[in-house]
Amino acid sequence: MQRDLGDRVYGGLVGALAAASTLLLLAPTLVVLIISLTSGMTLKFPPPSWSLRWYVELFRSPEILAPALTSLRVASCTTLFSAVLGSAAALGIFNSRSRLARLLDALFMSPMVLPAMAFSLSLLLVFNVIGLRLSFWTLVLGHTIVCVPFVIRMVGAAVQQLDPTLVTCSLSLGASRWYTFRRITLPLIRRGITAGSLVAFLSSFDNVPVSLFLADARTEVLPIKLWAILEGSLDVRVAAVSGVIVVITLLGLVCAEALGGLSRSFGKPSP
Amino acid sequence: MSDTSRGHRELAPALPLALLFVVAFVLPLIALVAISLYRTPEFLDLSPVQYLRFLRDPFSLRVLADTVMLGLEVALCTLVLGYPLALVYAASGTILRIALTFLILLPLLTSTVVRTFAWIVILGRDGIVNATMLSLGLWDSPARLLYSWGGLVLALTQIQLPLMALPLINSLLRLDGNLAKAAEGLGAGRFRVFFTVILPLTLPGAIAGGLLVFAAAATAFITQTLVGGGRIILMPSYIYQQSMGVQDWPFAAALSLIFTAAVIGIVTAIGALSRLATRGQHAA
Repeated sequence: MQRDLGDRVYGGLVGALAAASTLLLLAPTLVVLIISLTSGMTLKFPPPSWSLRWYVELFRSPEILAPALTSLRVASCTTLFSAVLGSAAALGIFNSRSRLARLLDALFMSPMVLPAMAFSLSLLLVFNVIGLRLSFWTLVLGHTIVCVPFVIRMVGAAVQQLDPTLVTCSLSLGASRWYTFRRITLPLIRRGITAGSLVAFLSSFDNVPVSLFLADARTEVLPIKLWAILEGSLDVRVAAVSGVIVVITLLGLVCAEALGGLSRSFGKPSP
Repeated sequence: MSDTSRGHRELAPALPLALLFVVAFVLPLIALVAISLYRTPEFLDLSPVQYLRFLRDPFSLRVLADTVMLGLEVALCTLVLGYPLALVYAASGTILRIALTFLILLPLLTSTVVRTFAWIVILGRDGIVNATMLSLGLWDSPARLLYSWGGLVLALTQIQLPLMALPLINSLLRLDGNLAKAAEGLGAGRFRVFFTVILPLTLPGAIAGGLLVFAAAATAFITQTLVGGGRIILMPSYIYQQSMGVQDWPFAAALSLIFTAAVIGIVTAIGALSRLATRGQHAA
């Protein structure tokens, strides 16, 4: 029967392509973990034998550890600024019904649409024109602009789910605005702030286009350093750094799943 | 107290960020436009000469066209791989869903340099693909997979696949499963059900994913330079080279504005087309 054949071909095709994409998603992570345990001097696959020598080597490589530390510092400062400024902004624009609020929302989201290189170049040119020297803080400024939209999106979603009568009740029962904010609003949007901060941190830690233009010579961040190493040679230490990053990401994912349930957060069929 | 003034007072907490954005985002972009209109790197003579230089230079036009093509090809590949993945996700039970969620989110959250590095290991001269093919005797000598267009498309497809899979899964799960069952009950084959029921109804998710993938692949500086190599020049590395390398600021400014316009233009055009298509569907 022709229909049965067609259905079997469809099932086979979907299954094969899904298997291919599963393999494609998984393979690079596995490859990184395997190659980071090589005992050899090259990225030859499979590794001739196993060892942890490249992880040990990492701790003797200040030229990699220093950028890693810088990246952590940049990402921490960026997350702090993004969380404070972004949460405040989200509270403002999602509690207001004025047209200006919609305009500000569009403005705050535009760094997500605009290629980050164009924005970074523009900020660099302005710094050049006004004679401001690049530093750690110019880098944090650039990172904050491109990371703050994540905080606004996620806190905004929490603010929109907040029942405004709770705030009205608290105020009419005599609580001050500050007390109401601390005891009512903040606990209810905390998860949004945490999630937004986490994404902001990750995207700052991973950011390349902004760091490429706005970091001074002394503020070298990890992704740029790794990129520079890989452009020059295929250094096996990069595999060890990658291994560390993969394991930390994996642990973070497991924690997020245990705390909030990642798999539940997307994919509820609508009623 | 009128409604609008109440609305404005509520906006006060957004003021600090609004000020920061005016100073560090809006003004620099205006400056970028201004600088792109200078004739020389010394900022003399206002004229649109940089834009004419771009339009008259076949090399520059080629770089832009290649970059756009790369984004479109990667978007198409993620679409072909993303749909089956999303279909399997929607059809599976809780445990398999959690596993697939991990599988999709892990590469999304792992650093771009790490994901790109994995592809260097896979596609390199001594890499997995070459080693396998040589040991199986299928190839006589190692093929050049790294620093090739195909390798770049493959690597970017894997790196951006999560951006396509997530919105696709979302819209597949919102789809009323009875529609597909009804179509099958009425005698439609599964290919027909997919193309006439599932695909049209999940098109918004596919378009959303496609736009994300297109923009991400076109601007992926790290992957483009490391997997594409020095011979494949695309807009991000062209802008980097003209600014930080040659320090031709006006031309670099014009390049980044042209690139921005191209990316936003294509994203807007595809978005508008898909809205038109879905409206046509509802009218029919």
